[in-house]
Amino acid sequence: MSLLTLTEGAHHPTTAARRRRSAGLGPAVAVTSMAAVACYMLLPVYWLFVASTKSQSDLVTTPGFLTAEWHFGDNLASLFAQQDGVYARWLLNSLLYAGAGAGLATLLAAAAGYALAKYAFRGREAVFSVVLGGVLVPATALALPLFLMFAELDATNTFWSVFLPSVVSPFGVYLSRIFAAASVPDEVMEAARVDGASEFRIFRTLALRFMAPALVTVFLFQFVVIWNNFLLPLVMLQDERLYPVTLGLFTWQSQTSRLPELQTLTIVGALVSVVPIVLAFLLLQRYWRAGLAAGAVKS
Amino acid sequence: MTSTTAPARGRPRRTLAPYAFLAPFLIPFVLFTLLPVGYALWQSLHKTARTGGTFGRTRTVFAGLEQYGRVLGEDYFGESLLRVLGFALVQIPVMLLLALVLALLLDSAVARAKKFFRLVYFVPYGIPGVVAALMWAFLYDPRLSPVVDLLRSAGVHADLTGPDAILWSIANVVTWTYTGYNMLIIYAALQAVPADITEAARMDGAGGWTIALRIKIPVIRPALVLTGVFSIIGSFQLFTEPQVFRSISTSVTSTYTPNVAAYSLASGDSYNEAAALSVVLAVVTFVLSFAFLRFTTRRQG
Repeated sequence: MSLLTLTEGAHHPTTAARRRRSAGLGPAVAVTSMAAVACYMLLPVYWLFVASTKSQSDLVTTPGFLTAEWHFGDNLASLFAQQDGVYARWLLNSLLYAGAGAGLATLLAAAAGYALAKYAFRGREAVFSVVLGGVLVPATALALPLFLMFAELDATNTFWSVFLPSVVSPFGVYLSRIFAAASVPDEVMEAARVDGASEFRIFRTLALRFMAPALVTVFLFQFVVIWNNFLLPLVMLQDERLYPVTLGLFTWQSQTSRLPELQTLTIVGALVSVVPIVLAFLLLQRYWRAGLAAGAVKS
Repeated sequence: MTSTTAPARGRPRRTLAPYAFLAPFLIPFVLFTLLPVGYALWQSLHKTARTGGTFGRTRTVFAGLEQYGRVLGEDYFGESLLRVLGFALVQIPVMLLLALVLALLLDSAVARAKKFFRLVYFVPYGIPGVVAALMWAFLYDPRLSPVVDLLRSAGVHADLTGPDAILWSIANVVTWTYTGYNMLIIYAALQAVPADITEAARMDGAGGWTIALRIKIPVIRPALVLTGVFSIIGSFQLFTEPQVFRSISTSVTSTYTPNVAAYSLASGDSYNEAAALSVVLAVVTFVLSFAFLRFTTRRQG
């Protein structure tokens, strides 16, 4: 029954929406139920923020949703001091894996999607079918065989063992194909050809520009996929200095029964890792919707 | 298919261009997606044998379906599979219904502060699964949890990490993380519902709820099916949340979900059995996704 209590807000809107029709309370009920869900979504984040301002002893002894003595600065200092500043390294690794990985993945997906949308060539449908099949292969299913393959090459526990597999985004190709078909006008390509532009130049200067807003969506999707990928770095990496921040926090948390002081560090570390991502997300949200809308309309 | 420039007038340099554009994607795609799938299949059909006793050399020999027989014969296999099945049957409808209602509310005329709510609902998706699980783990932990404290003061003694509750505690984390994401997919699809149709229905006296049920939901059906398929795949691949929860709950065993079991097997060097388990899981996931697709599209037409 714990779920029911925890997701109380979750069941609200259905009944609320039904009631709305008969009672005519429209806006009030709608906004109340939406606010209830908003509280559910924000409560853990609020707790994380409150908890990260507490000292280790206050964390256990004071009420969780209320602030106690302000220890945020101290916590931050010990976060970045722990194990010779390994946390900053994790943040940087995450940015590299996800940022550079998603950037490269977007470029590859854009070119492939463009080719699939704008050229008729032998084997096009076969290639597209296989790529679509790739969308359905979950990253978790690939991690173990990838580990064994990299182990044969003696290449596990390296930056590349996590980076290289993440530049592949079949879903990005799928989206890019839709976007290219919808946004790159054939007439413009034809005109450029008449002017003597090479196919590569047409792609680089024209197609990429038309596809640019949609490619932000592809980038964001892949960024999240890499940022969230947990199993692959977990099996590949032993060297702490190569960890992404998620794996680092996980190892800290799994040691808390022996080293309780890591609790505070895990909490502050989680907050610090989440804030920039959430901000970037919210600022770029219109690209999510634009991309998803295009995908939903055209597919 | 439709919007392609047929290079029928064919200057020859053009015919090579699509392959050149595809190659940079296809090479890593083959290496890091297709090859691992093939390798897992190969692994699942082999076993490690030792020649000449304990100190002999190990070598890999063909084992046919032996690993599959072993996986299917283990208790953990059926248990973990049934567990994620039960999880999927409860969690997916709750999450998608919530996402649908939120999207319809955001799309309706009655809601206020839409932009604010849309942003708030999307926040959890920006939080990595591991961090979300860590956060909720603290919120469930009886030594720390304000939620447990609040329940206790209300007279409810909830053991959120106990054997009965832990699966639904995990379901809550997954619902929390992905509701906003699914809502956004549905909401994006709702934007494609022609405004003049809903307007005409409203003129005819249809209420907001009728418009939602009779006009909007049928139009966005493909988006709902899509979210359903991705949710089914996600449920059967459940790994991160239970793996994180292993440190706060003894109820999460090393074979709690099929993927946790595969990871435990691989950690114990039973790669071949882990590979067989992954293949079986992939087949089950595929069959269920496909059945779901067939079921939903048949009802449509």
